[in-house]
Amino acid sequence: MNYVIVGSTGSWEVVIGLEVHAQVISKAKLFSGASAHFGSEPNTQVSLVDAAFPGMLPVINRECVDQAIRTGFGLNAQINLVSRFDRKNYFYADLPQGYQISQFTHPIVGKGEIEIELDDGTVKKIGITRLHLEQDAGKSIHDLAPKETCIDLNRSGVALMEIVSEPDMRSPEEAGAYLRKIRAIVRYLGTCDGNMEEGSMRADVNVSVRKPGEKYRTRCELKNINSIRYVMQAIEIEAKRHVEIYENGGEIDQETRLFDVVKGETRTMRSKEDAHDYRYFPDPDLLPLIVEQSHVDHLNATLIELPDAKRNRFQNEYGLSRYDANVLVAEKDIADFFENVAKGRDGRLASNWVTGELFAVLNKKGLSIHDSPVKAEAIGALLDLIGDKTINGKIAKEVFEDMVETGDMPADIVKRKGLRQVTDTGVIDKVIVDILFANADKVEQYKSGKDKLFGFFIGQVMKEMKGKANPVIVNELLKKHLSV
Amino acid sequence: MLTEMTIANAIEGLRQKEFSADELTRDHLKAINLLNNRLNAYITVTEKVALGQAKAADEKLASGDAPMLTGVPLAIKDLFCTKDIPTTAASRILENFIPPYESTVTANLLKDGAVFLGKTNLDEFAMGSGNLNSVFGAVENPWKRKGDDAFLVPGGSSGGSAAAVAARIALGATGTDTGGSIRQPAAYCGITGIKPTYGRCSRWGIIAFASSLDQAGPMAKTVEDCAILLQSMAGFDPKDSTSVDREVPEYRAACNRSLKGLRVGIPKEYCASGMSSEIEAIWQQGIDWLKEAGCEIVDISLPHTKYGLATYYIIAPAEASSNLARYDGVRYGHRVSGNSLDELYANTRGEGFGVEVKRRILMGTYVLSSGYYDAYYLRAQKVRKLIYQDFMNAYEKVDVLLTPTAPSAAFAKDEHQDDPVQMYLNDIFTVPASMAGVPGLALPAGLNKQGLPLGLQLLGRPFDEETLIAVGSAMEKAANFTYKPAIHSGVSL
Amino acid sequence: MTDKQKDDALDIKIVQRVAKLSALAVKENELAIYAQDLGGIIHWVEQLNELDVSTVEPMVGAENAKLRMREDKVTDGNCREAVLSNAPERIADFYAVPKVVE
Ligand SMILES: [Mg+2]
Ligand SMILES: [Zn+2]
Repeated sequence: MNYVIVGSTGSWEVVIGLEVHAQVISKAKLFSGASAHFGSEPNTQVSLVDAAFPGMLPVINRECVDQAIRTGFGLNAQINLVSRFDRKNYFYADLPQGYQISQFTHPIVGKGEIEIELDDGTVKKIGITRLHLEQDAGKSIHDLAPKETCIDLNRSGVALMEIVSEPDMRSPEEAGAYLRKIRAIVRYLGTCDGNMEEGSMRADVNVSVRKPGEKYRTRCELKNINSIRYVMQAIEIEAKRHVEIYENGGEIDQETRLFDVVKGETRTMRSKEDAHDYRYFPDPDLLPLIVEQSHVDHLNATLIELPDAKRNRFQNEYGLSRYDANVLVAEKDIADFFENVAKGRDGRLASNWVTGELFAVLNKKGLSIHDSPVKAEAIGALLDLIGDKTINGKIAKEVFEDMVETGDMPADIVKRKGLRQVTDTGVIDKVIVDILFANADKVEQYKSGKDKLFGFFIGQVMKEMKGKANPVIVNELLKKHLSV
Repeated sequence: MLTEMTIANAIEGLRQKEFSADELTRDHLKAINLLNNRLNAYITVTEKVALGQAKAADEKLASGDAPMLTGVPLAIKDLFCTKDIPTTAASRILENFIPPYESTVTANLLKDGAVFLGKTNLDEFAMGSGNLNSVFGAVENPWKRKGDDAFLVPGGSSGGSAAAVAARIALGATGTDTGGSIRQPAAYCGITGIKPTYGRCSRWGIIAFASSLDQAGPMAKTVEDCAILLQSMAGFDPKDSTSVDREVPEYRAACNRSLKGLRVGIPKEYCASGMSSEIEAIWQQGIDWLKEAGCEIVDISLPHTKYGLATYYIIAPAEASSNLARYDGVRYGHRVSGNSLDELYANTRGEGFGVEVKRRILMGTYVLSSGYYDAYYLRAQKVRKLIYQDFMNAYEKVDVLLTPTAPSAAFAKDEHQDDPVQMYLNDIFTVPASMAGVPGLALPAGLNKQGLPLGLQLLGRPFDEETLIAVGSAMEKAANFTYKPAIHSGVSL
Repeated sequence: MTDKQKDDALDIKIVQRVAKLSALAVKENELAIYAQDLGGIIHWVEQLNELDVSTVEPMVGAENAKLRMREDKVTDGNCREAVLSNAPERIADFYAVPKVVE
């Protein structure tokens, strides 16, 4: 499925690269002992280091380093045993030091690659250029005072991972799939909560267009977009802008732009002329960051299973289709829930129940898997009742509805409602005989070749037995009687 | 007056109850009152704090459980943040700044019972070699040329600390040394100072100039006094990532070590052309003393010495341009308003910093800016490595190096002012060791014909301050430098 | 100013750009002085070009040492008054600066 923009001079291809800023999950900040917790009173989670008081010095948080390495594994990337911190110098209201400590020349994670899957099932590899650790800035609040901007440094110094992709994406859909994949990976690993609304994951998007086969043309960077939908919209709008300018004989200036969600347009934030000269240089307050191979190996060994590996295992272990497996691994909580249901049972049946009956209930009630009214153990118990023929599939659905309402265990519901399936051939035989007798005309028609009536007889028997008859036995006995 | 004694004597006297900490402190405060208007060595005199600390010291001494420095009155360079006491870096931009914290080094001294007399003057943000770049005005060197009352500089940047110790208005002082700021003023003021190995003293709470070079160190009348102070100041600090986790030895014990068989290197490159014959003579004198003490003298080469200064004047301003970015008028210090935030920054910094600081910020920004980084900054880092290797190669052949501390004696306030490069040359002998991060000790070796002190410098292996102290003590005995400056606590002005 | 000093002087435009990057207001009459001073210093430090450093690794700071890491514990912060006590201007519990327009 090729995404192209058709202009007056022909088709254009879009080239997209993404820089994702993901806030590291840690208790304390990257270089200070202040809390990294989100949403506290202004300027309470600020140490004198974060507020850049004279003589204050950074000391690195080990957990932030480990989180970056774990994420590096999630990106199938090279872990660099030696990396360094540089200072990126610029003046800004919410940057107290006058520089951001970041990793410019020697990032902790190097080249990697992830797979994205598109709606039509296409699988595509997207290159990862690097992941580096850096400090977040504080927050400027513009609407508290008429003439002043207010500065809250609570976020100043919180650890971020900047994940930079290769310019490998060719459509808004691919960019969306990429972001969802990155989000799934960091959430799996517990290295970032991936919450774009709260700003713990943000994306800068580099967009350019070209005629097929051409070299890359000039790109523009769209800054700080905080939802996947907006990223996709912004790409579409920006790419169209490029095409329009080129087709009118213009040129694109390399610049940083803002995406205005309300107006549905992008506009210049910083042109190339006043682009910053960040004067990167190695931070002399920090020594080289050296991690031992043995420590990296340990992190790898204790790494949680990632979505792709889990999907493959679900396919192999539970006999699921790639599509169903993908649905289940999209969120770790769902995958875990499914496994609790499926362990030691029929995997496909478990998958059907989770993605079918359960998802329907959750959707209807607007609940996450976390708040599911039915626990995994209960669904498992329900599958066991089907397996040992205590109830049949149809009754199971009735039991499930009751479980959603009451939260009772399935066995209790079966007992309470007397839904145990009838397997006594004598009882079933008697019902069959009565029904065939009462429908002698239909029996004649069946015997003269109207096969379809078999379903009618089954229906009648089940109806008479309030659905509790074992369908296999009904089937067998009915065939026997009709063939006489 | 109790101001004449050494720290070692004072420690002894306090314990023998020959005098109290209160008396010792009051004598110093009295002398400060008499002399500081003239010398301008102190920016802030913390009389009340000092008397309170002295009282507490006397109580401790009475209880018999008093740490080493209990009751010893010291002067603190105003680059160390001191809790609830104004800290200025001699800059307008830190006007009214009162740190809510105590630097690790001064906290160590306080823990050991020291009394703080006040905060001493310096070159703004420690940038200078004459203590002429202070918003609080120049410091006068208490030494005078024979028959001449000309205002001589005390050296810099720890000029206030050096002048205070020389004039006997503090028993000892803290300094910081980035390219020679302890050793060069020690030489100009006829006192002793140690720049420890980079990483030996914590930088936490010291206002940063050039982070990869800055080191705190002691300044005092004698080598032994410096050893006593360093013992307290040094030590591992988990709050400073460049602090080294290494045991602090008994520095004082090194004072009486034998020098038999010690190999002393004489780097031929320090024989810079144009070195005055007086400096050359005092250097030779030092060599002779060490020979007599049983040392083996070895001629060695530090081939990249001549590039030290140029390297320094790229790296230090580069780091400074970034370190000083935090002084923006938003969270503390001086603020000049503007119509926009950018204007506020530019006005605040334009007015808050002095000329030399601005010159170095501009220089540092220039060498880091795109298109120049490789040609200047990166190249300087590589030359720095060559300088470092020079020292490491030398220490395979010798245990310690002996050089002059400065190319001349103290100069007059109105000399060298016009050309910054001429001014920078004062640090020519001290800068290479800073670049290499190795420890240095400066001590007075004699007087020149005009009656001004001349200093010699010992440079040691990383973390081998003990050898410097051992050799320094021997030279001190041989030099028997008992001269006093024209202005000191024992004279009336 | 000597001829040599004139030759070494930096272009005023470069001084202006560097001053802007440094967030330093430099008065019109100071520009030429900085241009001359900086030019002189820059010319002087260019003596480093005499050396061949193509095979030398740059030295950043303390050699042979690696970064020490701290545990992930909240040990600091919760000191709002200390953080704000020196602020030249504050509004409620915030630092205040002239309105920044984005
Ligand atoms: Mg970026
Ligand atoms: Zn970033």
